[in-house]
Amino acid sequence: MSDILREYLPILIFLAVAIGLCLAMVIGSLVVVKQRPDSEKVSAYECGFEAFNDSRGQFDVRFYLVAILFIIFDLEVAFLFPWAISLGGIGLFGFWSMIIFLGVLTIGFVYEWRKGALEWE
Amino acid sequence: MDAITTLPVMSPAAGEIFLAAAAMALLMFGVFKGGKAQEATSWLAVAVLLIAGGLVMSHGGDTTPAFFGMFQAGPFAQFAKILILAGSILSIIMSRSTFRQDSFERFEYPVLIVLSTLGMLMMVSANDMIALYIGLEVQSLALYVIASIRRDTLRSTEAGLKYFVLGALSSGMLLYGSSMVYGFAGTTEFDALANVFSGLEGQQPSVGLIIGLVFVICGLAFKVSAVPFHMWTPDVYEGAPTPVTALFAVAPKVAALALFLRVLLEPFGALVGEWQQIIALISVLSMAIGSIAAIVQTNIKRLMAYSSIGHMGYALVGLAAANEAGVSGILVYLALYLFMNVGTFACILAMRRQGRPVEGIHDLAGLSKTHPGMAAMIMIFMFSMAGIPPLAGFFGKWFVFMAAVNAGLFALAILGVIASVIGAFYYLRIVKIMYFDEAVEPLDTAIPGDLKIIMTVMAAVTLLFFIVPAPLVSSAKAAASALFAG
Repeated sequence: MSDILREYLPILIFLAVAIGLCLAMVIGSLVVVKQRPDSEKVSAYECGFEAFNDSRGQFDVRFYLVAILFIIFDLEVAFLFPWAISLGGIGLFGFWSMIIFLGVLTIGFVYEWRKGALEWE
Repeated sequence: MDAITTLPVMSPAAGEIFLAAAAMALLMFGVFKGGKAQEATSWLAVAVLLIAGGLVMSHGGDTTPAFFGMFQAGPFAQFAKILILAGSILSIIMSRSTFRQDSFERFEYPVLIVLSTLGMLMMVSANDMIALYIGLEVQSLALYVIASIRRDTLRSTEAGLKYFVLGALSSGMLLYGSSMVYGFAGTTEFDALANVFSGLEGQQPSVGLIIGLVFVICGLAFKVSAVPFHMWTPDVYEGAPTPVTALFAVAPKVAALALFLRVLLEPFGALVGEWQQIIALISVLSMAIGSIAAIVQTNIKRLMAYSSIGHMGYALVGLAAANEAGVSGILVYLALYLFMNVGTFACILAMRRQGRPVEGIHDLAGLSKTHPGMAAMIMIFMFSMAGIPPLAGFFGKWFVFMAAVNAGLFALAILGVIASVIGAFYYLRIVKIMYFDEAVEPLDTAIPGDLKIIMTVMAAVTLLFFIVPAPLVSSAKAAASALFAG
């Protein structure tokens, strides 16, 4: 156990240094610098436009459908890369598992298409 | 790295593989048929579940580990799977008339039930923490959608959202517990875990392992809605459409409890000293809250929610006993619970006034005069749930309490009996309202034929179980002894 832990010692040191450095910089700037706040300095948009309106506006639910579709096919690609590289090692079972996964995704896609989720108007 | 050229053993999972393929086919059928597809999809889903039941009957008793040890069927899983399939089939059939009367048309509903049933079957025969989690999520994700299937009503969407948020929390706890167990035991496979724990031989297991075990128990207690984790149940039961509540009250409960039994008795079987007191506490609290909180309810679906919390408490008494008699008692209890609950929900689904569904307990007033048959059947179910002999519910309670007494848990058995006496009050109150109160406005007399058949059959089984208890009791015994054999 202790051997394994010793291998992680550099990470622990790194964490300690990182946290220490961050705290030192934030607290240092808070303590050392003279603070003279005025209303312009503390306002949220000191360098930029004032907000035009509330950020919690409504927008069309169809954006969500597109986003969900994107995530699914994004994940599919993320799985396809390691699958393609290790295909020699995972054999027939690995090959068919991926094909079935693709088939299930396709069925979901066909369902969404037929339900009209992809038609914008 | 050598290529794995052979395919894994798959035949014990024939029922699950068939369900997965059939669910996809049903989805395609529904979406291409369009329009009025719900009726056809419902019947096809029933057929699919029946075929899956046949496959489970023929292949499910095979104890060969399948999918490289991730999946293991066997007589115990087979028994639970048949109950789950029966619950799903009956709830699809019961939902038809209600959805037709409410002119609700969504072919996805039976497809989602098939998918959630697939998840339930997977979790019952999972043989690895990861397989368990995947089964649980397949079940839960479909159930979250089913809870909010009436997405145009506020209550249904609220129920779905609540169920989703709390269910995700419980899944998180289960995962966290599994990761702790993996960290301290070095494996996620049930068989290997059992070896690790039985190798401890009286040594105190590490604190991390205990924390992991407690988190796993919390996650599973959430799914069976045992007491400290029961808050979601009344709200979800009340908010979800009644056919959905009828499903929730039966199939997922059976699956989660069967999973609970397997996880605690197979991989964690050697740690019985650590979890026995937790289960006993959960069980006592569930029985108490289930009995006491139900007294003030006026909505019959909320009342059934508390009733199911109480029933899970009684069933967990058998798990706290941690012996073969306890497990077979739980299996008998679950089977009888299925009959009573399906029957009661068939009656609740038949409660309509001028075509609109009603859910208040006081809407049942005067039922004995307008619907003498239905009132008699509700009376049978209520007496049975209260545990009055010679009805079926009495035997379920008797088996689990006897197991607790044999295991030396006298206090638990006594508290269980006290709780069931308190619980009898609200069951009897319904009977009193039906038989002695005057109806303000009678319920509709036209009851759909399929609901009538289901409630009659369930009432007959509940009433006459004591004449031929042998088939159920002996098959539950065989299933329980298979669980303890290995």
